[in-house]
Amino acid sequence: MTDVTPNAGGNRAGNSLATQDARTKRRNRAEARFKAYGLTAILVGIFFLVVLAVSIIRSGSPAFTRTVVDVEFALSQAQINEAEEQLFKTAAYAAFFTDALKRQIDESGMEVAVDEDAIERIIGKPGSTIREFFQANPDRIGTPVTFELAASSRVDGYFNGRVTRESMQDSRFLMAGDLDLVDALAEAGVIRSSINWTFITGADSGVDNPGAAGIGASVVGSFFMMLVVLVLSLPIGVAASIYLEEFAPRNRFTDLIEVNISNLAAVPSIVFGILGLAIFIQFAHLPQSAPLVGGLVLTLMTLPTIIISTRASLRAVPPSIRDAALGVGASKMQSVFHHVLPLAMPGILTGTIIGLAQALGETAPLLLIGMVGFVARGYPDGIVSGFMDPNSAMPAQIYTWAARADASFYEKAWGGIIVLLVFLLTMNIIAIILRRRFERRW
Amino acid sequence: MPLIWLIVIVLAIAVAGYVLGRSRVMAATGGDSRKLHSLPSYYGYNVALKVVLPSFFLLLVWLLVQPVIVNGTVAADIPQSAIPEGSSRDLIMSEVRRTAEGLDNAVAQGIMTEDFATNARSDLNDVTQRLKDAGQIVTAQVTQPILQAAQRYRIMNDTGNLILSLLVILVAAAGAAWSLREMRPEFRARNVVERVVKGVLVAAASVAILTTLGIVLSLVFNTIEFFRLYPAGDFFFGTAWSPSFTGRGGSSELGVLPLLWGTFYISIVALLVAVPVGLFAAIYLSEYASPRVRSFAKPMLEVLAGIPTIVYGLFALLTVGPLLVAVFGKDGLGWMQAGTAVMTAGLVMGVMLIPFVSSLSDDIINAVPQAMRDGSYGLGATKSETIRQVVLPAALPGIVGAILLAASRAIGETMIVVLGAGAAARLSLNPFEAMTTVTAKIVSQLTGDADFASPEALVAFALGMTLFVITLGLNIFALYIVRKYREQYE
Repeated sequence: MTDVTPNAGGNRAGNSLATQDARTKRRNRAEARFKAYGLTAILVGIFFLVVLAVSIIRSGSPAFTRTVVDVEFALSQAQINEAEEQLFKTAAYAAFFTDALKRQIDESGMEVAVDEDAIERIIGKPGSTIREFFQANPDRIGTPVTFELAASSRVDGYFNGRVTRESMQDSRFLMAGDLDLVDALAEAGVIRSSINWTFITGADSGVDNPGAAGIGASVVGSFFMMLVVLVLSLPIGVAASIYLEEFAPRNRFTDLIEVNISNLAAVPSIVFGILGLAIFIQFAHLPQSAPLVGGLVLTLMTLPTIIISTRASLRAVPPSIRDAALGVGASKMQSVFHHVLPLAMPGILTGTIIGLAQALGETAPLLLIGMVGFVARGYPDGIVSGFMDPNSAMPAQIYTWAARADASFYEKAWGGIIVLLVFLLTMNIIAIILRRRFERRW
Repeated sequence: MPLIWLIVIVLAIAVAGYVLGRSRVMAATGGDSRKLHSLPSYYGYNVALKVVLPSFFLLLVWLLVQPVIVNGTVAADIPQSAIPEGSSRDLIMSEVRRTAEGLDNAVAQGIMTEDFATNARSDLNDVTQRLKDAGQIVTAQVTQPILQAAQRYRIMNDTGNLILSLLVILVAAAGAAWSLREMRPEFRARNVVERVVKGVLVAAASVAILTTLGIVLSLVFNTIEFFRLYPAGDFFFGTAWSPSFTGRGGSSELGVLPLLWGTFYISIVALLVAVPVGLFAAIYLSEYASPRVRSFAKPMLEVLAGIPTIVYGLFALLTVGPLLVAVFGKDGLGWMQAGTAVMTAGLVMGVMLIPFVSSLSDDIINAVPQAMRDGSYGLGATKSETIRQVVLPAALPGIVGAILLAASRAIGETMIVVLGAGAAARLSLNPFEAMTTVTAKIVSQLTGDADFASPEALVAFALGMTLFVITLGLNIFALYIVRKYREQYE
């Protein structure tokens, strides 16, 4: 039966294991090719990730800096009196400023053509800022004061590479010749970059003022929304999972719930936006653009995710734990709440954080319920107003900036994405740490 | 009384009930908890639950029903003559609500006294002026019927809120009193509490059903409303999409076909990117990669899935679009006019779907029993031959399911197409032209200024319905295939 058949392959030339025949070579080449395809696919994926990361960081980091002009000068009471008597008071103040700047340039021995229009194109009209400062601090009159004034958005763009000498066209906003002055000022340390706190703490500005736009207010909006999502989705999700995993009998009703959950997990997010608009705003008359409504919509959207992950962690608790609890006389409910749930908690929290991170980055449903960027005009006054007053959320704010015509807002949008990703990264790292720390293999 | 206080009061009654119930039953046994049927805390929970549940249920129902009733009554009382030409009762009602809110604010700020706000014969100019002072945006002049309706609206709401507060506190107190009377040592408190808790669990699980119901109802009613204003045949078979922006001109053409075409075209481009890359990545990860490579590459790919879609949208608009224009645009091949195009959105969406396809396929390929591979190796097949001729055919139904799920994702994706695909609805074959999708138009029709009752806004619900039905069909089909396949090897 197990006779070794003598190898009768004498009819094939070169039939040796040491040298490959043409067919084997071909097969091996196909094998190597196939493997290379796989590797290429992975590399393509990672390549896209790298490109994405690089373009986010490169285009977004300028949003965190702004270009300022330091000018030091003193105003005497007489000069102020003189300015106050004129018809255009702020213009008079601006003239003082221009003179001071010119003097500063002359003193530093720069050889550059300076004219008032160029200065105005670079710094704008700082007159009112100066006037307000001296009105608020009358004791500083007569002493030298250093003003840190924001440069115009074109100069800002020149500093961080958005505007170059080649790409720039002369306009009433900036002339090519002005850039010589800017370079000279930068060399003298008069113009420099500083951290743009307005972007981090500010609210959305109007369409025509990209310099003053900030993401702070929408971060607060996102925060209140996430609070609603956390408070609602964690208990509801855990309760639903406990029922389905531990108590639900096998019947039609349970099947119906299961089918609904798995389908809701795949319903496009924008449909949840429609639901929010029709049910919460049109039917229940909840306030439009309120983080409360946004939170409700996102809760419904994240519930399936949380339920699915919670059920997985409940299932991972071995039945012996339940049996032991039941064996010493606990009721079914006690065994679940006293033993199974605490053991499953790290897994549940990890799943919840990941669900929250998903909700934090969601945009489309928020646009439908009116949480667009331009409603984020300031911080809420208190906790109730934080939930009820119109506000935006980070991703919606980014969308609003991206949809504006002025290219300076694109930089803000990328900067907003960095802020958003920092939050998402933090949440995911917390989730990973939780899992590493408390995960138990049975 | 503000709602928050009402809730605090009910919770306070519940806490007091817990303490009372527990101490009362302990006192009845003389402090010996062994004589009780249940642990002492269950007696406390029994009281607390019977305080909280009925009163919060009442609160919830009342808060849902009251606005409907108040709106209905007040709206019915507005005389037909008070509704101007071209306006509707709904519009008037929203003005009434605004005015009522303004009156509330004005009273709160001390600009009006309560008497003044409720006085039916107030001078209209005066009221308007004071409302403006209170920071309430009043369109023009408050008219007599609107003011009267607003005053009625306020009074009804105030009375409603008062009755609600009283009733809720009464119910809470009654619950406490009733359950405290049950507190005897032989009372089976644990069984009662556990039954109630189980009821709460069932209710939580039913939220999923309610959500689906809410989605279906909100889509169906508004879609029916839309088809009353716009013929269904024109919607489903119309080949032009050009909504008029005036609000209610009869001139809008709202055919869904160009939108569906854009949706499918972009999804196909996306799948052409995502399926080969994702599938090969999954094959490499599950069959070739060493554990070290796998532990590095798999999370890297999954990071792509965790990135919010708005980021991809911006990436399409500002990075990929300009890049494609540089190659295919005027200076290059001359096929492309602007950065927003089917290709832009499709490519980026494909990148987004790579991890989706790869992780689903990875699971499915891993589920193919090792014995099948071993059999194939035993016959002398190479690794790639085994994969192509044994593993993939065995995993095929599952992979098809994964691709269908990815397709449903692509069809429902919004932000990438809103930013990357353009706004023009077209029936064209050129992938370098701008096209638009169902989801993008839902956003643009519902975020504009259009009045909710106009066909231009309502069409969004019909579009949503179309989207919902398509994605639901795809999902159910895909899940059916995946499930059927899974059972095969278990």
